[in-house]
Amino acid sequence: MPETETFYGVLRAQGVTRRSFLKFCSLTAAALGLGPDYVGQIAYAMETKPRIPVLWMHGLECTCCSESFIRSGHPLAKDVILKMISLDYDDTLMASAGYQAEAILDEIPKKYPGEYILAVEGNPPLNEDGMYCIVGGKPFVEKLKSVAANAKAVIAWGACASWGCVQAAHPNPTAATPIDKVITDKPIIKVPGCPPIAEVMTGVITYMLTFGRIPDLDGRGRPLMFYSQRIHDKCYRRPHFDAGEYVESWDDQGAREGYCLYKMGCKGPTTYNACSTVRWNGGVSFPIQSGHGCIGCSEEGFWDNGPFYSRLSDVHGFGIEANADKIGGVAAGVVGAGVAVHAGVSAVMRARNKSHKGDASGSDQSTEKDKGHKGDQQ
Amino acid sequence: MTTTTPNGFVLDNSGRRMVVDPVTRIEGHMRCEVNIDDQKIIRNAVSSGTMWRGLEVILKGRDPRDAWAFCERICGVCTGTHALTSVRAVEDALGITIPENANIIRNMMQATLWAHDHLVHFYHLHALDWVDVLGALKADPKATSALAQSISPWPNASPGYFRDVQNRLKKFVASGQLGPFMNGYWGNPAYKLPPEANLMAVTHYLEALDFQREIVKIHTVFGGKNPHPNWLVGGVASAINLDGPMAAGAPVNMVQLNLVSSIIDRTIEFIDQVYLPDLLAIGSFYKDWLYGGGLSGHNVLAYGDFPDRANDYGPDNLLIPRGAIVNGNLKEVLDVDLRDLEQVQEFVDHSWYRYPNENEGLHPWEGITDPNFKLGPNSKGTKTDIQQLDEGAKYSWIKAPRWRGHAMEVGPLSRFTIGYARGIAEFKDPVDKVLTDLGLPFEALFSTLGRTAARGLEASWAAHKLRYFHDKLMANLKSGDLSTANIQKWEPSSWPKEAKGVGFAEAPRGALGHWVHIRDARIEAYQAVVPTTWNGSPRDPAGNIGAFEASLLNTPMADPEQPVEILRTLHSFDPCLACSTHIMGPGGEELTKVQVR
Repeated sequence: MPETETFYGVLRAQGVTRRSFLKFCSLTAAALGLGPDYVGQIAYAMETKPRIPVLWMHGLECTCCSESFIRSGHPLAKDVILKMISLDYDDTLMASAGYQAEAILDEIPKKYPGEYILAVEGNPPLNEDGMYCIVGGKPFVEKLKSVAANAKAVIAWGACASWGCVQAAHPNPTAATPIDKVITDKPIIKVPGCPPIAEVMTGVITYMLTFGRIPDLDGRGRPLMFYSQRIHDKCYRRPHFDAGEYVESWDDQGAREGYCLYKMGCKGPTTYNACSTVRWNGGVSFPIQSGHGCIGCSEEGFWDNGPFYSRLSDVHGFGIEANADKIGGVAAGVVGAGVAVHAGVSAVMRARNKSHKGDASGSDQSTEKDKGHKGDQQ
Repeated sequence: MTTTTPNGFVLDNSGRRMVVDPVTRIEGHMRCEVNIDDQKIIRNAVSSGTMWRGLEVILKGRDPRDAWAFCERICGVCTGTHALTSVRAVEDALGITIPENANIIRNMMQATLWAHDHLVHFYHLHALDWVDVLGALKADPKATSALAQSISPWPNASPGYFRDVQNRLKKFVASGQLGPFMNGYWGNPAYKLPPEANLMAVTHYLEALDFQREIVKIHTVFGGKNPHPNWLVGGVASAINLDGPMAAGAPVNMVQLNLVSSIIDRTIEFIDQVYLPDLLAIGSFYKDWLYGGGLSGHNVLAYGDFPDRANDYGPDNLLIPRGAIVNGNLKEVLDVDLRDLEQVQEFVDHSWYRYPNENEGLHPWEGITDPNFKLGPNSKGTKTDIQQLDEGAKYSWIKAPRWRGHAMEVGPLSRFTIGYARGIAEFKDPVDKVLTDLGLPFEALFSTLGRTAARGLEASWAAHKLRYFHDKLMANLKSGDLSTANIQKWEPSSWPKEAKGVGFAEAPRGALGHWVHIRDARIEAYQAVVPTTWNGSPRDPAGNIGAFEASLLNTPMADPEQPVEILRTLHSFDPCLACSTHIMGPGGEELTKVQVR
């Protein structure tokens, strides 16, 4: 009876001891940043809840989200795929192809109506009747809508599904469109980034499996637990920013001493993500630690907010340093203002989220948040 | 109807038409159609790229120093290789040189990608074409242990270990939820492995999934994250600080260098003790299945990569050699010049684009792109519900690149063939050894199996080159050179008003070129011709077929309803469809008409 099998039941069936199971639960709690009090709650949830089918569809994308996902160290991608969820469709990993693969997209929604999770990597192009992305001879957008119809919830993996990403950058020749513009009647959890951090991806899934609900989201659909803080706020180089110590050119003494990369175009001050806290690939580093500024890859439209090495949108023959110096003084003030705006917005959001728990659409909230967002970027 | 293509393949589309869409376990979206005769042998093959993103037009007007980030997002599987090619193209255009350390670090980034990408391809995208997962349930764990210990010193090989994996697999299957293994072709007679080899391979599928995330940490050290590490025109952004008071907070310090070194050791160990022995063991059960050669014995191409010393992209300085072989003449490796307008050209008469004269090809610096999605008169279905493509007309979002008019295969097998033909020991010796071990003649190399074997040998090559470059980096640091970036031409004011350049690399899947035209410090035009454009090419005006299509011909299918053989051969190329599709103008206007020289 696979429909009624619990997560714990499957683990037990696979020879995992109760002791290992509890250890797993405490690791899960740690991965989610939860205290030991939650271990029991996680264990209870996993003992009583069935394995949830996940259909992972790919539109226009580069597969970086899938690649990131399999980098997850805790939990291991292997354990997520084979033990926690039932990854019934994922064209990157699945054994079957052709009509045997397509059949799964028909079968699962019928077998588990309202119970499966749709995970979307990439986005649908709408120009040319959707035929810039064809799956099984038909427009991807058509399949996407049809599989979404009976889903319990939808995860938008990465910048493509969340915002549009690189193919939607100006002039967006294919009309690549974020999924919340074509799926309008389901809760959508946006997990932006190009790609998102592996442990953020598995953290979102594990949270949903464990607590049986979608995580608290901000007004733009992002999990608060990973996207509430700016990279700048928790950056290990922040003391250098505050002290006015900047990298002035690549590989200068400041670069070798780990000074702030703000003048090199770092978008950390305007980017909401967990890179400076969770870090990448098992905590090895994150972009700023490795000497390059943040390019803001979890922000909407970041491709058109560049150039990446300048705060100015247009460079008329000025040197980059001249620009950075010129802007740096002004921008430092703006960033300060941005912090205040952000703090205010966050408080508003927290209050609102209490009454909108799990509501991912949040169209009424986005305007207010947008103000703070834009204010940060001026 | 039977026809013979100019490149020597006999096509017969009179038999039953089979469609595989989507082709899974690849990057991106692809469709394949074949005709099979009464004997269930493939007599005609049609491969179609079914996605298109238009990244190159998005690059128009951007800062050339930003181009690497856009290009990197062409593909997240071969992550970094497009970024590397892009910074090389921009540096070529602007005359920017890079420090030795930057060249070494870039080579390490690229070798890391090769080792990682080949490993993941073999176990997670390709293995299920050879390995019957459910077949592993019947294995004897003791015999599996004996098999594993007979081929490798890898320590995870006890009977208990394999029994444990098998028990978990049994319970997993018994749960009724097969997840990614659902609807697989288990039990198909095309699977030839004994149960013990299946169990060993499934076990290593899981081990490799755990281990692959270690390899990429080298990208994380130097580029801050993986996938999609950061790059820099003029060098690398990861400054080095070994013994200053601030070294602990520097991008590259002793701790990070040691981490890289330790990962290199473990990567060499995993590839040489798990991947290669598995490859040989699996191959030994398939040595009668030597289909899938296609173009490989005839026309192969490599641009070369891994410049040993910085800033010299000439053939003598490239550790992966450059060259072209045509008409199967391995005695002569021809020179390749990416700036020569007569050499690399792209055709569109079978692609969903429009040229003023579709009988002619265009060099990437002269490329015109104008989308033209329409199905041919013999297609079946409707525009938005394609039942069957018409290969006599336009049928793919992939263009048809040709080298001096020849359809070419690119990738690990092409690179090894060129290295072999040039008589370079580090390519020739391992090939000879594999063939000897399997008791196969040289010609057997030109097959699906040979393509898969070459990829494994290349993964080992890359892992050992990581060690070579790490040693080289340490020696250079010891000499006192800490430099990682050249900023002399960082500022656009130092650039010429107009410049054009070409960057090349060898992506894991094959030869990759980017052509850039810069004007007034902005990108005027950008074109990428990528490995899967070569391999997945549709027909050209002369009727030559590309590598995918050629490789499928004459393959017998055990059960045409289960396309194991088609997947096996297509996967042996490691297709990447997001890479392979091209540019357009939003209104269909001509965007990239550049006169050169």
